Amino acid sequence: MTTETKKPPVTETKKEKPKASTNGADGAQPTPLKEFEGTTPEVRRELLRSMLIQRRFEERCAEAYALGKIGGFCHLYIGQEAISTGVMSMIREDDYVITAYRDHGTALARGVGPRAVMAELFGREAGCSHGKGGSMHLFDAETNFLGGHGIVGGHVPIAAGVGFAIKYRRGNQVCVCFFGEAAVNIGAFHEALNLASLWDLPVIFIIENNRYGMGTAISRSTANEDVVIRAKGYRMDGESVDGQDVFAVREAINRAVERARKEKRPTLLEMRTYRFMGHSMSDAVSGTYRTKDELEENMKRDPIIVLHNKMYESGELTEGEMRKIDDEAKAIAQDAWDFADASPEPPLEQLYTDVYSDTSS
Amino acid sequence: MAVLTYRDALTQALREELQRDDRVFLMGEEVAQYNGAYKVSKGLLDEFGPMRIVDTPITELGFAGVGVGAAMVGLRPIVEFMTWNFALLALDEVVNVAAKTLYMSGGQYKMPMVFRGPNGAALQLAAQHSQAWESWLAHIPGLKVCTPGTPADAKGLLKSAIRDDNPVVFLEGEMLYNTKGEVPEGEHIVPIGVADLKREGDHCSLITHGKMALVAMRVADDLAKEGINIDVVDLRTVRPIDVEAIARSVQKTNRAVVLEEGWEICGMGAQVVDFIQRECFDDLDAPVLRVHQEEVPMPYAKNLERAAKPDAGKAVAAIKKVMYLD
Repeated sequence: MTTETKKPPVTETKKEKPKASTNGADGAQPTPLKEFEGTTPEVRRELLRSMLIQRRFEERCAEAYALGKIGGFCHLYIGQEAISTGVMSMIREDDYVITAYRDHGTALARGVGPRAVMAELFGREAGCSHGKGGSMHLFDAETNFLGGHGIVGGHVPIAAGVGFAIKYRRGNQVCVCFFGEAAVNIGAFHEALNLASLWDLPVIFIIENNRYGMGTAISRSTANEDVVIRAKGYRMDGESVDGQDVFAVREAINRAVERARKEKRPTLLEMRTYRFMGHSMSDAVSGTYRTKDELEENMKRDPIIVLHNKMYESGELTEGEMRKIDDEAKAIAQDAWDFADASPEPPLEQLYTDVYSDTSS
Repeated sequence: MAVLTYRDALTQALREELQRDDRVFLMGEEVAQYNGAYKVSKGLLDEFGPMRIVDTPITELGFAGVGVGAAMVGLRPIVEFMTWNFALLALDEVVNVAAKTLYMSGGQYKMPMVFRGPNGAALQLAAQHSQAWESWLAHIPGLKVCTPGTPADAKGLLKSAIRDDNPVVFLEGEMLYNTKGEVPEGEHIVPIGVADLKREGDHCSLITHGKMALVAMRVADDLAKEGINIDVVDLRTVRPIDVEAIARSVQKTNRAVVLEEGWEICGMGAQVVDFIQRECFDDLDAPVLRVHQEEVPMPYAKNLERAAKPDAGKAVAAIKKVMYLD
């Protein structure tokens, strides 16, 4: 569905009954659905909108990559949007967010401007990292978005450090740290979890388990696929969550945020999800390491479709309204593209700026 | 002026900067209750408490990353590695994050922090504990690398490093901690990137840094008895390098030897020689020679270790060779 932007995905599947979610909603229930508790129709619409913006934006990324407007490595988040949207909807502006290189959706959901993100991907001065970071290194100090990190697991201890700084200042913010399930086998993950628990740091570690570390299935990489059990090794609370259901994500993150703010304790969350695209743009969507059937089966639980169907069947969203939200998302993506495309490249003098800060305290 | 050990000079700098700025904290293995593996942080836990003098588990990558994260959001960490040999486990945080984040973020996230600890060989610690890492670290744009050889430089450079808004790699020496020298009290600042002419003479330039500065001064004093007077250019900082100081000296003496603790291939000395051939090509009366560790992992046996290390005798021989006295 990446480049076919003519129809919203939901119009193709609207008749389909939603798969049972964690709470067992089957779509036949009268409103309000149990998982709608604590949200208003406006909030639900905003969640849908956030996910659709990420989806439509990244579909255009794939297109721009094919046209050579985006270079380097480019890892799409498509299929995982309920996680970024659900998490960001439950944290505060003064909290901190840090993630790995599959960072476009996370940045957009956090509130980094679509124009600034697309301009970064296009390598333009107006990009959120002024064209020096690219796809894997989106940064935005305005929204406490601490990157965009390219070495698997390398940023997990940094999240512990942000938690340390919060504790040092006696603040009550949290730091949310996203990484893929393949990172749980690297030392940095273990060192960070140990320190965060040992020192009571307000950090929420989120394993986005999309089941493949590049082309290696979790069953081929991880001795115990129950990755969240690793929390126990560090005397930490852990929870496994349906990452395709934005309400399940919100409930779990809410518990973790409460724990961090009130008990000053870290949490490990596993968000079970699926990557609908290849690992990066050079990787076929399916083929050598996973089958087309598996992919199609998982795409039935597209997080956007899951939410849409719930809202549609509860009667609070018409097809016309859905199309309107989707058209807005497409327009935002188009606007980001147009902006990035028209933006100047960084001037050559900037090659040498920001290697060092010329300030001291 | 007070005479202090290199160790006490470092402690003084830490104490003064901890008092000056409450965003500064020290973390590392054994820095607090144990008073530091080499006692550099002696007494600091009592004075500043466990939130600012932080004992860590043996988890170099983990606590280096904690320092990086804390620096990103405005604290000013000093991360102590018990030795730089152990810091190899943490280099992803030093090289990939601390050094690059200001650039990758387009100037949004500064990294005001210091990574410090002993570097290079001590005595009979064998191959894994006897390595000089400055050429690795000086290779990385985004890092600054300090290599003080005397107590006064140790204090003045550490204060500069802690106040700098960039990640500073601070390489001390296990064999230096007990050495003594005069150290100015209070606000003594040595700017990063400025060499110091530790001996003056017209016959040859001996360019060095770190622990070898002491050897170089001894060489100068010995040669002076033979009527050979040399410049000792102590770089003190190997990134940035004070190229002007090198050029000034070599343009005066027309001869140079570069003395360093580490290995030859891609060593700091190779970089210094490159500067000299570019800046002083027409000034040279002889090829520039280098003195360095032999190209072997450090052996344990006393005699083999002595043979592997650069020393005063090797430096003297090289100086006499570039002066065509041999």
